[in-house]
Amino acid sequence: MTGNAAIAEAAIRAGCRCYFGYPITPQNELTEYMAAHLSRREGCAFIQAESEISAVNMVYGASVAGARAMTSSSSPGISLKQEGISYLAACQLPSVIVNMSRGGPGLGSISASQSDYFQSTRGGGHGDYRTIVLAPASVQELADLTRRAFELADKYLIPVIILGDGMLGQMMEPVEFKHEAPSALPVRAGALRGAKGRHSRFVRTFTSNPAELEEVNWSLFRRYQLIQKQEASCENYLTEDAALVVTAFGIAARIAKGAIKQARALGLRVGMFRPVTLWPFPSEQLKELSKRAKYFLDFEMNMGQMIDDVRLALEGGGDVSFYGRPGGVIPNPTEVLRVITRVYHQKGLNQ
Amino acid sequence: MKKIFSRPRSLKKAVFHYCPGCGHSIIHRITCEVIDELGIQDRAIGVPPPGCSVFAYYYFDVDMVESAHGRGAAVATGIKRAHPESVVFTYQGDGDLAAIGTAETLHAANRGENITAIFINNAVYGMTGGQMAPTTLLGMKTTTSPFGREDKYEGHPIKMSEILAQVNGACYIERTAVNSPANIRKTQKAITRAFRNQIEGLGYSLVEILSPCPTNWKMSPVEAWQWIDDVMSKEFPLGLIKDTTGRGDAH
Amino acid sequence: MLIKTVFAGFGGQGVMSMGLNLAQAAMMEGRYVTYLPAYGAEVRGGTANCTVSVSDEEIASPVASSPAFVVALNQPSMIKFQNKIQSGGIFFLNSSLIKEPLLRGDIEIVQVPANAAAEDMGSVKSANMIMLGAFIKKSNLVNLQTLIDALAVALKGNKKLIAINKNALTAGYELV
Ligand SMILES: Cc1ncc(C[n+]2csc(CCOP(=O)(O)OP(=O)(O)O)c2C)c(N)n1
Ligand code: SF4
Repeated sequence: MTGNAAIAEAAIRAGCRCYFGYPITPQNELTEYMAAHLSRREGCAFIQAESEISAVNMVYGASVAGARAMTSSSSPGISLKQEGISYLAACQLPSVIVNMSRGGPGLGSISASQSDYFQSTRGGGHGDYRTIVLAPASVQELADLTRRAFELADKYLIPVIILGDGMLGQMMEPVEFKHEAPSALPVRAGALRGAKGRHSRFVRTFTSNPAELEEVNWSLFRRYQLIQKQEASCENYLTEDAALVVTAFGIAARIAKGAIKQARALGLRVGMFRPVTLWPFPSEQLKELSKRAKYFLDFEMNMGQMIDDVRLALEGGGDVSFYGRPGGVIPNPTEVLRVITRVYHQKGLNQ
Repeated sequence: MKKIFSRPRSLKKAVFHYCPGCGHSIIHRITCEVIDELGIQDRAIGVPPPGCSVFAYYYFDVDMVESAHGRGAAVATGIKRAHPESVVFTYQGDGDLAAIGTAETLHAANRGENITAIFINNAVYGMTGGQMAPTTLLGMKTTTSPFGREDKYEGHPIKMSEILAQVNGACYIERTAVNSPANIRKTQKAITRAFRNQIEGLGYSLVEILSPCPTNWKMSPVEAWQWIDDVMSKEFPLGLIKDTTGRGDAH
Repeated sequence: MLIKTVFAGFGGQGVMSMGLNLAQAAMMEGRYVTYLPAYGAEVRGGTANCTVSVSDEEIASPVASSPAFVVALNQPSMIKFQNKIQSGGIFFLNSSLIKEPLLRGDIEIVQVPANAAAEDMGSVKSANMIMLGAFIKKSNLVNLQTLIDALAVALKGNKKLIAINKNALTAGYELV
């Protein structure tokens, strides 16, 4: 199954019945899968919207009415969705936004890239908000984290971004779905479905009272703190005895893993730290790891974005080298191995 | 004593923040009367915009969700598709519906979304302080058309209702005004029809309402009413623009 | 052992289904496998290709910068991949359509007159499966029987098509 189809199937099995999208390569298979499975079906909604702006606002509407709703796009379309994501965050509406990112800036290219790390993890739109960001590295994980995304969105009333890339979306790998689609989900408490048997309520973001806005932001901030404490997750690969730890996420981590296997075969003690949640960044876990490992090599398919979070987590405590590729061309594990070997020797770790 | 005039049930007990003589107050009230009359207070979900009516949820006693500027039709689409039993209406200004939200509006209409749009045309951007709107008349001075709107530079006043009438999915479009008791009654009838169409599943309905903005027109409320008759309705003729519902009870 | 294979040809020659079938069969044999189609602008201009990686352990990159095997169904694909194939690798050429000689001496070349054989069998459309049959015999990547079983999945149980494709696979297998 392609990564894009795996996300779609996992979303449906997570009870997502409302999908709104706009065509953009390399995520069209996701939209097409949803069209095949959600259109013309009782209790389901599929719309190819007139723009990404419209699509994300349809998600906003479906979510406010209590449905599990999703949209997907790729980098340029995600830029257009930022307005809507800001509103989703402000109104605390659970929602899932998939970014099968591609090369930028501008129209860029359709090949894989990780240049949207900042946009995803720093809010992206206007206002002081965060979104949970999940970074899968395989088709199986795309499926698993899609389900997780809906759960987290509902648990914390927050938009969740799945940050993949064109290659993950296009490639096929075996995938196993561990859950059947529910027949119907209970409607979320707080949804707007008409004021039957209760007082009317409203959902809004604008207020003319600065103190009220401050209180909203305080409460968002407290929730963000809770998420940071409870939901940061990562994968440690061969880090127990590692003298050099590669930090990487998503597709880059996958390539790095191949390089590390080769490095191990050469007798180099190299491991990998892979954040699965990019926000919250697993800072505690990395900090903990730095008690054992001093040397880090950050590898990204951009010119240095996640490295900021790596450095912040280490609080000046580690020695961080960087290998970046601007995206577009996928480096192969041997190229990464060359850099690992060079850093390993430069830092005298072979002694 | 018999009570002959009272607050509609779906209108909250609150003081409007609108300027004296503003059309929004009247339109809120008659919309609430329609909601009461049709018995849909517990199914209605309103989508107010950024604009002078951004606080509409303080007045309408129905579920309400604020939309981003211009995106009302998309938000309403999402609600209606996720929860078809609801009765969804957008409440939008001319900047909102006819400028930044043109695409959302046109395409919701084209899909025949079963929603109701209440479109307040006051020929200016009210909330932001009287800038030129897409509906600003030629010759009219606003803060961003200080020399008076001229087609060569600022384009023509856009007639969204006539444009939307070309779209197959729209089933009912009427232009009314709230500048006289008779016109207010007609507006109320039009709003009723627009909601009825939705309840009967007929598709996209829109009522465009010429609405006074004395503040930005720099007129007294009475002058503003007069101006709608004398000037504005010449550019934006009142009346039924489209009706494919086959109901034939047009007034 | 990680083995990467590229299938390349004109759009319409069925290179994607060759890759999908191989990937499906490898999966059924319990191997790790990735299938990566060339997509978007890359597929414009009439050529198509896909990469199948098969391994006994997790696969790092699904991209093949130097594949062990390349199966080329037409001339442009041969030109595109002749310098990428790794030293000691095998280049499978559809000799019905590829006439140019190859200039590399460090790789093995397997010529398969796939179109001609397919025409003999009644339809040129089977050329891809004939190539795939020949490929499997030489590369030993999966069993012929698994590949035949995999057909049922891709063709969603369409008995007639399964039979035609099975015959073509077997014919190709016996051709080399
Ligand atoms: C993206 C965006 N751009 C600009 C604004 C500022 N803004 C708020 S309301 C408005 C226009 C209001 O005019 P109209 O829709 O005609 O409604 P009115 O206030 O006249 O009722 C604008 C431009 C905004 N809220 N969002
Ligand atoms: S500025 Fe105009 S539209 Fe806004 S409240 Fe005042 S009169 Fe009404």
